[in-house]
Amino acid sequence: MTGNIGNLAFLGYGLAAIGPGIGIGLIFAAYINGVARQPEARNMLQTIAFTGMALTEALAILGLVFAFVFKGGS
Amino acid sequence: MSFIAGAALAAEGSFETPGTPNFWWPLINGGGDGTWAITRPAIVFLLSSLLIAWFFMTVLGKKMKIVPTKGQFVAEGIYDFVRNTIGRDIIGSKHFKPFLPLLLTCFTLILFNNVAGIIPFIQFPSTSRIGIPIVLTAIVYITYHVVAIRHKGGFGKYMGSLIPPGLPGWLKPIMFVLEFLTYFVIRPLTLALRLFGNMMAGHLMLLVFILGGEYLLLHGGNIGLQGAGILSFAFSIVMTFFELLVEFLQAFIFTMLAALYLADAVSDHH
Repeated sequence: MTGNIGNLAFLGYGLAAIGPGIGIGLIFAAYINGVARQPEARNMLQTIAFTGMALTEALAILGLVFAFVFKGGS
Repeated sequence: MSFIAGAALAAEGSFETPGTPNFWWPLINGGGDGTWAITRPAIVFLLSSLLIAWFFMTVLGKKMKIVPTKGQFVAEGIYDFVRNTIGRDIIGSKHFKPFLPLLLTCFTLILFNNVAGIIPFIQFPSTSRIGIPIVLTAIVYITYHVVAIRHKGGFGKYMGSLIPPGLPGWLKPIMFVLEFLTYFVIRPLTLALRLFGNMMAGHLMLLVFILGGEYLLLHGGNIGLQGAGILSFAFSIVMTFFELLVEFLQAFIFTMLAALYLADAVSDHH
């Protein structure tokens, strides 16, 4: 814990993960709402929800990879 | 192995936080002349493909019964899940049949290799090494491009189909660049990195809880820290079950996205 750039990279990743976290929360909130209102649409909504989650999660994954990339420079 | 290494480091005095070195496995090579070398994740991966092939061939190869045995029930459940929930619902009932072998292989292989992360005595998800997700993604990547070029009748028409219809002329080049990047760069990159990142982060999290708990318990010094160590151990058990959920979900998402890309390739509009 010397406060070098590697630790800063992971601090930055923590901050960057807030956005995708909120996004995934919104997606599944909408999915649960949709299934509660119309249970028979579950299969269709599931596909859409997971597609949206995959797209949103991509940002968090890229952040994780960049955190390790920039950690290597410390 | 990584557990032992971590414990040894902790015994020397300062706590070594788990990191990327925990994912390094020594090469096993015959005589060390570099003609061949494999690692433990590679062995797990090979074993998994043999096991899956043996399971499906023995269970579904012989005469199937109307009242299924346990093995037949599991095999039919997996096949039914991949065929109906992933294949038919996403690709559509018209085109999904040729892609079922690919989807079933992807799903079972990724599922087994992910769950290897919490199987006792293996306890290392071989998909957390970037090589395996890259190879699986490369197969999906080549497949959906070839299928799209064949289905749309040539490379030029495939490129033309990337632009959504009904756009004003000045927007077309911008949309083409964005769609091209999505199809050729972003999709394969995120498909491979999602599986790799989730498995690596999950394995690291388990290591932090277990190794940290061990260090606090044995080298904590006072009763409060030792209590925290026991709590950390207890939480690692909860996290193991959470990992099981994540491992299943990642296998499902990988296969589902592969099916989604294939559905884009065989769709007539757009």
